[in-house]
Amino acid sequence: MKQLVILSGKGGTGKTSIAAALAHLASSEMRLVLADADVDAANLELVLAPTRVEEHPFEGGSIAEISPDKCVACGVCEEVCRFDAIIPGDRFYQVDRLACEGCAACFYQCPEQAIQMIPQQAGEWYRSDTRFGPLFHAHLFAGQENSGKLVTMVKQQARLLALDTGADLLLVDGPPGIGCPVISASAGADMALLVAEPTISGVHDLDRVLATTDHFGVPARVLINKADINPARAEEIEAFCREREIPIAGRVPYDTTVTKAMVNGQPITAYADGPAAEALRRAWAHLREALRS
Amino acid sequence: MVITVASGKGGTGKTTVAVNLGLALSKAGQPPVHIVDCDVEEPNAALFLHPTLEEREEVGQLIPEVNLDLCTFCGRCAEVCQYSAIAVVGQRVLVFPELCHGCGSCTLNCPEGAIREKLDVMGVLEMGRAGPIAFAQGRMNVGEAMAVPIIRQLKRQAIPEDHDGQVIILDAPPGTSCPVVESMRGSDYVLMVTEPTPFGLHDLRLAVQVARDELGLPVGVVINREGIGDEGVDAYCEEEGIPILMRIPLDRRIAEAYSEGIPMVEALPEYQEAFLALYREIAHRVGVEVAP
Repeated sequence: MKQLVILSGKGGTGKTSIAAALAHLASSEMRLVLADADVDAANLELVLAPTRVEEHPFEGGSIAEISPDKCVACGVCEEVCRFDAIIPGDRFYQVDRLACEGCAACFYQCPEQAIQMIPQQAGEWYRSDTRFGPLFHAHLFAGQENSGKLVTMVKQQARLLALDTGADLLLVDGPPGIGCPVISASAGADMALLVAEPTISGVHDLDRVLATTDHFGVPARVLINKADINPARAEEIEAFCREREIPIAGRVPYDTTVTKAMVNGQPITAYADGPAAEALRRAWAHLREALRS
Repeated sequence: MVITVASGKGGTGKTTVAVNLGLALSKAGQPPVHIVDCDVEEPNAALFLHPTLEEREEVGQLIPEVNLDLCTFCGRCAEVCQYSAIAVVGQRVLVFPELCHGCGSCTLNCPEGAIREKLDVMGVLEMGRAGPIAFAQGRMNVGEAMAVPIIRQLKRQAIPEDHDGQVIILDAPPGTSCPVVESMRGSDYVLMVTEPTPFGLHDLRLAVQVARDELGLPVGVVINREGIGDEGVDAYCEEEGIPILMRIPLDRRIAEAYSEGIPMVEALPEYQEAFLALYREIAHRVGVEVAP
C-alpha cells in the first residue's frame, strides 16, 4: 500500500480540489482509502458527499478549573502560569479556558488544592463512505489545540483500514502551513504532492514546505496550479524545481470550471472535461507511475 | 485599535486585505499604522510591503535541562509533565523539545532543584519599517511544530502597550486552532476575509465560532473574488447578523498584480478610497473617532 499526501505550504492553492480529482481518477483503477488531514477546515467532504458510518469523540488535553469555595486568592497560580490563563478577581481566581494549555503547573502549585484538571473533548473523528472509497475525517472544535494529534489519529485509522482491506493507495489531503499538523500528515508518506501557484508568495511557500518534506525524508513532486495566470512565475517555479531535481507532476491551467465543480459538490474530473480536468488526468498518470517505482 | 484579519481558510486574500488596509491608511497620512504578520509558518506580507528589517531576535521557549549530578531519577518531572516531553529511563532523563510547551512545571516540581531551563530557539522575530508603516513578522524554523509561542512573543514585541490613536493590523494564520486564537486574543475587531464558495462558507462559520462565540469579539466580513461562486456566504451573514463591510470582485487584474507582489491600492488606485471606507466603518463599529 502506498501513501500519497497532498500539501501546499499555503492554503487556497487548490489542494482539496486536486485531492478530490485524484480520488475520482484513482478510484477507477485501484482500491483507495481517503483521509482529510486538514482537521481545522476539512473541506474534502464538501465534494465527496460522504455518508457517515462511524463517529468518535477525540479527547484533547485537560484544562484547569478553580473551585471558588477553596480559592483564597493567594495568587500562586497566576505567578506560575506562563500562558496568561489565570484571571485575578477580588475573592477568587478564574481560568481563561481558551488561554489554558492544560500544563497543570497551577494544579501542582496551588497550596489549597483548589484546582482540578478537567479532561476536554477537543473534537470528533469520523469514518464515512464515499463513491471513491472510505474517507476518514475529523472536526477539531473551534479554538482547540492538539490538531497534530487528531491528524495522527485520522491517519492511523485510515492506514489500519487500508492495510486490513488490502487497499492500494492511501490518499491524504493535507493541512496548510509547515507546523505540527503538516508534520503529522506527512509522517510515513511515500510521496508528497506539493501544490504551488505561480505567484510571488507561491515560490516562497513552496520553498518552505519543501524544506519540511526534505527534513522528514519524504520525496516530493510539484503540481503547478493556475499555471497560466503568470507564465514567468510558473517558469520560476519550474527552474526552482529543476535546480533541486524535483519532478513536475503537472501544470493545471486556470479554469473557472474548477470553482463551478466545487459549488456543485463534484470533483472537477467528474464534472466536466476541460483544460484543468485534462491536465489533472495527465498528472494522475504521472503520479501513478511515480508511486510504482 | 487592533484589527485582526482572519479567514478560517487559507488563500482567501487575508494578506491582501491586511496589507492594502494598512497601505491605504498610511497613504492617507493618519493614523500611525503597524502591520504584524502572525502567519509565522508562511509569512507573506513582507513580499508586498518590502520592509527594511532592522531588528532581529531569536525566539523560542524555555525547555528543561537536567543537572544529572543533582538528579535522583525519582521521575517526578515526567509524572507532572502533561505533554510527555520529559521521560526518566533508568539513570537517564530524556527531554523532547518538540513536545515541550515551556510551562516550567517540571522545574517547579523537581524536589532536588535539579532542573534549569534554557531557550530552545524555534524561530525569529523581525522588525522594521515599510516607509511610514511599522512592520513586524515572526518566522518559524522549518521542522518546528508549535507556532503559538512565536506568535505570543511577536505580539508582545510588536504591539505598543499604549496604542491609543494607532492602528495595529494583524495578519492571522489560516485555520481555527490555537495559532489563530493566539493571534485574535486582545483584538478590538476581527475582519474575516472569505470567498463566496461552499469551501469559503464552511470555514467562515468555524472562524466566526472562534472569534465571536468563543472570544466574544465583534466580527465583520470582506467578500473576496465576488462572482466566483454562489450566494451561500451572503445568506449566512444575513441570517447571523454579520455585516459585510467590503466586496472585492473577481478580477484578473487583481490576481495578476498579486502574483507580481504589487498591492491593489497601487495597481488599481480606486481601491485606495475603498480601503479607507473599510477602515472608517470598522472604527465606527468599534467606537473609535476618526479624524475627518
